[in-house]
Amino acid sequence: MGELKLMKGNEVIAEAAIRYGADGYFGYPITPQSEIMETLMAQKPWETTGMVVLQAESEVASINMLYGGAACGKRVMTSSSSPGLSLMLEGVSYLAGAELPCLLVNVVRGGPGLGTIQPSQADYFQATKGGGHGDYQIIVLAPASVQEMNDFVGLGFDLAFKYRIPSLILSDGVIGQMMEKVEVSDYKPRWTDEEIQKISGSWATTGKTKNRERHIATSLDLQAEKMEEHNHKLQAKYREIEKNEVRYEEFQTDDAEYLLVAYGSSARICQKSVTLLRQKGIKVGLLRPITVWPFPSQRIAELANQVKGMLAVEMSAGQMVMDVKLAVNGKIPVSHFGRYGGVVHSPGEVVEAFEKQFLGGK
Amino acid sequence: MADIEIKDIIKKENLVYSKSKILTDNEMHYCPGCSHGTSHKLVAEVIEEMGIQEKTIGISPVGCSVLAYNYLDIDWQQAAHGRAPALATAAKRLMPDHFVFTYQGDGDLASIGTAEILHACNRGENITVIFVNNAIYGMTGGQMAPTTLIGMPTATSPYGREAALHGFPLKITELIAQLPGVAYVTRQSVHTPAAARKAKKAIRKGFENQEKKIGTSFIEIVSTCSSGWKLSPVASNQWMEEHMFKFYPLGDLKDAERDNEADYKKYIE
Amino acid sequence: MTEEIIIAGFGGQGVLSMGKILAYSGVMQNQEVSWMPSYGPEMRGGTANVTVIISDERISSPIIHEFDTAIILNQQSLDKFENTVKPGGLLLFDPNGITRPPQRKDINIYSIEGAEEAAKMGNPKTFNMIVMGAYIKIRPIVKMENVQKGLEKSLPERHHKLIPMNLDAIQVGMDKVVKFAVN
Repeated sequence: MGELKLMKGNEVIAEAAIRYGADGYFGYPITPQSEIMETLMAQKPWETTGMVVLQAESEVASINMLYGGAACGKRVMTSSSSPGLSLMLEGVSYLAGAELPCLLVNVVRGGPGLGTIQPSQADYFQATKGGGHGDYQIIVLAPASVQEMNDFVGLGFDLAFKYRIPSLILSDGVIGQMMEKVEVSDYKPRWTDEEIQKISGSWATTGKTKNRERHIATSLDLQAEKMEEHNHKLQAKYREIEKNEVRYEEFQTDDAEYLLVAYGSSARICQKSVTLLRQKGIKVGLLRPITVWPFPSQRIAELANQVKGMLAVEMSAGQMVMDVKLAVNGKIPVSHFGRYGGVVHSPGEVVEAFEKQFLGGK
Repeated sequence: MADIEIKDIIKKENLVYSKSKILTDNEMHYCPGCSHGTSHKLVAEVIEEMGIQEKTIGISPVGCSVLAYNYLDIDWQQAAHGRAPALATAAKRLMPDHFVFTYQGDGDLASIGTAEILHACNRGENITVIFVNNAIYGMTGGQMAPTTLIGMPTATSPYGREAALHGFPLKITELIAQLPGVAYVTRQSVHTPAAARKAKKAIRKGFENQEKKIGTSFIEIVSTCSSGWKLSPVASNQWMEEHMFKFYPLGDLKDAERDNEADYKKYIE
Repeated sequence: MTEEIIIAGFGGQGVLSMGKILAYSGVMQNQEVSWMPSYGPEMRGGTANVTVIISDERISSPIIHEFDTAIILNQQSLDKFENTVKPGGLLLFDPNGITRPPQRKDINIYSIEGAEEAAKMGNPKTFNMIVMGAYIKIRPIVKMENVQKGLEKSLPERHHKLIPMNLDAIQVGMDKVVKFAVN
């Protein structure tokens, strides 16, 4: 069992990265996630594990530093908040196209534009529907606790390397700024050159040796037919991930007649709403997608046979609700509730919205 | 006298020149008269002569040399437009014993990638930058570049570049030379054998500086673009000598080691 | 047991660190805790508040709008949070600077002259520990030994020499807290 600490979500991302044996962090300050780089700089991991930490000149540079580092087979990461992620999307598309593994963290704040620094979940489309140009997906993990901020650093890297794909931790200002009890992971050494050769030796640009062809990290092919072939390969990989890596958690769904669907901090709020509604005798359950891509569509489709209606609760004007509707495919009513633009809904507001939607506004 | 047959001539002992082993057999896509071919060759020869093929990572840009990875038999990373110095920064910091260089054109380095090159140089990254400046966007069909000379017609300045309308040509190399993180800045050309020999020396020095860990080495190669300039290869060279060299004069702009400036060291101490 | 607390005052009064020490004390006695600050550009001088939840069970929402306890350190916060205390709950405040005192009769109200006592102790920085002492006296949800451990965990090692003074301040708060009567 690891050490117990009281930490902010942002701080634990930094701590977990060092303990996991990450090779590099490249980032640019933006509220509400600056504690991640601040913690790393204060810890000076280059003196202990040898991890490189660099404050880049922009998010554009940061994401391209990830490309350079990932292409070398190293475990590299960046973090930012919404406007910064928008800047990075070109690079994310290149990383996805070149099939380079890396870890991204978005501590989402209210938008659009400069928006606000308060929590939001309005980057769901950006995260799960590609965001950048071209047909691509990245794995998106949505932590609902400080503990999961710790756990998903390792999981994110593991999945990234398993599938040669960028992983994103889609957090928000609540989870980033909140402190909770967290069991931090034990220290693991960084990969040695030999381990990198074993894991990524078939593609990483570590220097061309006599016994192999040169490696090229690229997303370019000027021949459309070859590019289509590359796209087929990417799509096959995405189907494989959809098959293997869906993660979700259920709360009081066994006897549920209605279902709330919520991820991240909104799922925490909804858990309390479920309790409040059950105190009133209404059988409500909660499904929390842990991976929002791949999305737990199949389980939601199954639950559509059991419950009378679903309410997607997210701090956005209605993004994840589209995926819920696609999964339910018209079988039962699905609606959306959420405060947004930086406002966090309360458990009571969710209860009210639910009653209005499904119980005639009691 | 017996007839000499060709097979009698093609013999190992008669060999006076051979292509660098670092150059692949792929046919280059560059236009006749383009400076990229010679520039590639010089980089390849330096890598071969230094014996660093196994430790060299090239970063190719977006532009005509996007496919540089087809021609040099080393590991390559293909960067997004302008971002090669960011890739190089991470690759070098994560693998400090490797030789990392970017190969960028003037649109890539001096326009869209200005922030990345300035900051990589300002941090004094121990990388080598090969900057091929032909004052035009070649790949996309001859549009105006930040380095396009005043009066020069291009696809997007068809009546010639006017400062009032398009701004002034950017001497990015002079800007870079002022940065304390930069160890070596030089401007070369490859339009004559003598110029190419000098340019090769400069490239070699740039790579050797990585071993010394004294900061960034920046080598500009003033180049031709016969297709973009709409001139024959010979006329292109003449035009370059008459116009380009006047605005972009050849020679070293900075050699911290030689000048004993040790700016970089001064700043890090 | 679940205790849901809002601590609110000016930035720089030690609101966030009081919350952190309380939360750490909860961790030290194996409870679940959450600490959720308001965050923004007002680092000093603006309003600051933090929601702390200490519970025997897994905590659901860290964001709540009703509290068992409100610890109030300025007028703005009193205006904002007095009505968010659950009936039967606790409101603890420092009367220093309060011109419109609390009015509710369905909650328990206590006051602590935190700023004044801190001045007497000769160190204004002890203010938040005095207020915390007052709170623990009325609601002994954390044991003193765990508070000491919480202090050790939340203060950087170079500040550990200040722990005895902090413990003294907590004791002062416990001694000086008084019931407040609403007219």
